[in-house]
Amino acid sequence: MNEPQHHPFAQSISRRTFCRRGIAGLSLLAVGASVSLAESETGDTSHHGAVLVDLTRCIGCRACENACLVRQGYPGLPPASFGFGPGDGKLTFKSRTFVDFREVSAFDGQMRQVPIKRQCMHCLEPSCVSVCPVAALEKTPRGSVIWRDDKCIGCRYCLLACPFGVPKYEWGNALTPRVNKCDFCDDRTAAGLLPSCVGACPTGALKYGKHDEVLQEARARVAAQPKRYVTLFGDHVVGGTSWLYLSDIPVEQLGLPTNLPATPMPGLTWNWLAKVPYIVIGLGLVLSGVSRLRSRKEHHG
Amino acid sequence: MGEMDFVLILFRVFAALFMAGLAVIACWFLEGRKRPQSFSAAVVGWGFLITLWGLGGYAFAARYTLGLGAVTNLTDAFPWGIWKATVLCGIAFAAGGFLTACMAYVFRIRIFTPILRPIVLAAYLCYTLSASGALIVDLGRYYKIWMPIVSWQHRSVLFEVSWCVMLYTCVLSVEFAPIVLQKLGWHRLERFVHAITVPFVICGVVLSTVHQSSLGSLFLIVPEKLLPLWYSPLIPVLFFLSAIVSGFAMAIFVSALAFWIFRRPLDPKVLTTLAKGMTPFLMLYLFLRIADLTARNAWADVFAYPLQGFSFTMEMLLLTLPLFVLLKTRWSGRRRWAFAAAIPVIIGVILNRLNVAWIGLLPATGSHYFPSWIEIIVVLNLVSFGLVIFGLAARYLPLFEHPDIARHAHSSNAKDGEEVVAELEPRHV
Repeated sequence: MNEPQHHPFAQSISRRTFCRRGIAGLSLLAVGASVSLAESETGDTSHHGAVLVDLTRCIGCRACENACLVRQGYPGLPPASFGFGPGDGKLTFKSRTFVDFREVSAFDGQMRQVPIKRQCMHCLEPSCVSVCPVAALEKTPRGSVIWRDDKCIGCRYCLLACPFGVPKYEWGNALTPRVNKCDFCDDRTAAGLLPSCVGACPTGALKYGKHDEVLQEARARVAAQPKRYVTLFGDHVVGGTSWLYLSDIPVEQLGLPTNLPATPMPGLTWNWLAKVPYIVIGLGLVLSGVSRLRSRKEHHG
Repeated sequence: MGEMDFVLILFRVFAALFMAGLAVIACWFLEGRKRPQSFSAAVVGWGFLITLWGLGGYAFAARYTLGLGAVTNLTDAFPWGIWKATVLCGIAFAAGGFLTACMAYVFRIRIFTPILRPIVLAAYLCYTLSASGALIVDLGRYYKIWMPIVSWQHRSVLFEVSWCVMLYTCVLSVEFAPIVLQKLGWHRLERFVHAITVPFVICGVVLSTVHQSSLGSLFLIVPEKLLPLWYSPLIPVLFFLSAIVSGFAMAIFVSALAFWIFRRPLDPKVLTTLAKGMTPFLMLYLFLRIADLTARNAWADVFAYPLQGFSFTMEMLLLTLPLFVLLKTRWSGRRRWAFAAAIPVIIGVILNRLNVAWIGLLPATGSHYFPSWIEIIVVLNLVSFGLVIFGLAARYLPLFEHPDIARHAHSSNAKDGEEVVAELEPRHV
């Protein structure tokens, strides 16, 4: 309030203002720097685990589904429900994976049932990990996307954001509702074991390996029999997934989503979010300037 | 029925009675600790609040004992309901707070000084009740709401929004503090808070800009779920612009209503100046919106989805019609037309938020979500908390006695209003 009246321009920036702006600017630069550093954090995926699902080799026995239930500590599938037939028909809080039986029209015009195992795709750049405000979802060094009980606040943004509808919420739990999703048996793969479902597969329809090799294998199989393998899913969709599907059925008949971009989904948000530090700096400076001009005018004019 | 069920039902009934009792106390204080003047007014007013809060007590108790699945219609396919939409609506409505503070403290448009306190209080209530209140009901693990402070994930829009909301609530506390300090008579502390207000206001404007737009960015990641009528790469910009429009409208609405209900004189130029300020932003918003829809070729969806098309049409009409009032100079100079233009704008922006967070997500998720009665009662309760606290503050705090009002009236007589309005025009500089 009591600024010197005689030399309007002698103290164009007071020490206090200078310090204030300086501190604000430096902290913002720090934020910007950390943000841009973190952007380059997305390392290479060559050490990530991946699974090739060759649906032409799947007999729909649901041994994978059973193994997953057993690993989670549930009793396995009742014996009568092994083999073909409608199961739950969707992922639920209990089932991290299930075998979907799709009615498709075969080459001879007849309808037939084809099995397709569904589970978390373990995207190379997962939407769920990018949206979680508290890092309760994370991608481990083995490429598994896992959910952490200790951090989750139950906001359910991961359920909204997942393009494959994978995370499931424990709606009935009033105090500590959990999110359940396939964790790619991260504890097992860390110990050098196969994921439960892959280990249970009797026909070799599921093949676990390093992401590069699995992708190469998938492309080799397509190249060997291009007429047979009309579908390779997971090499491009949302920037690539750790689970890759090969099939002789067109992708839209398999119930896999066909309306997803080929670029990683988190980029859609990041394009905007990366600009935020500049908006903060720019707007902060402009408003400080305006405020200073207006107050000077008020005192001198 | 097990013993536990009986206990839980008893708990809900007890909570309902407790909240109804709170409503009686609130009404008593709202009446100025007197008996209501007329019996029928008491039955209608008190009865309504007691019923609403009684049901609210039942609803809150049910939510916290039975869980989200039992009391809401949310599903795995439709995980965000109207409680999340309430956050979006409340924060858009609260935009009047940062806007008025910016005009009064940064641009120093003195005409807005008298309405500053009611609007800051309204914004404060919106933030605490819609952003924090609705989230505490909505979050599955509400007791971990502080988690973003310690567990950082800066690539998440929601992380950024939660930080902005926390910081901006602090800013609003600083802006609101002088009202309480003046009441308590702590004048040294009041002067100190007054001295640090401008930097805080600037921080508040920056934070608001970032998180009003980020509420739109929340939906950037669901291009396959949100209908093209609302999904746009520009959605952060559109959210920010509509928040500014809504902020002007809210400032008109709150100040007109507050000064009218509590029988305080208000310079009519305040409302018309706000309406003048709103017009260019509303035009810019509508222009961008229409250009964006045309560029993305999204208009066909209006006819492809009946419900969404209807909701979209209503939203656009509510935002377009006031423009005709605002652009007609014969009308825009009158405060009742300014007020009349503000109401459809507020409803239009709220409808926009509901469309983005609810209606526009229905087709692609294949769900038919409609909120349960408990979800609706909780929202109505949060709104009524805001109104009651505002009423109590207007009665017991110096909400309409900003110290600067007296100071300026004293220094430049009655012409003050005119001069300040003229300051808006650059030719007077």
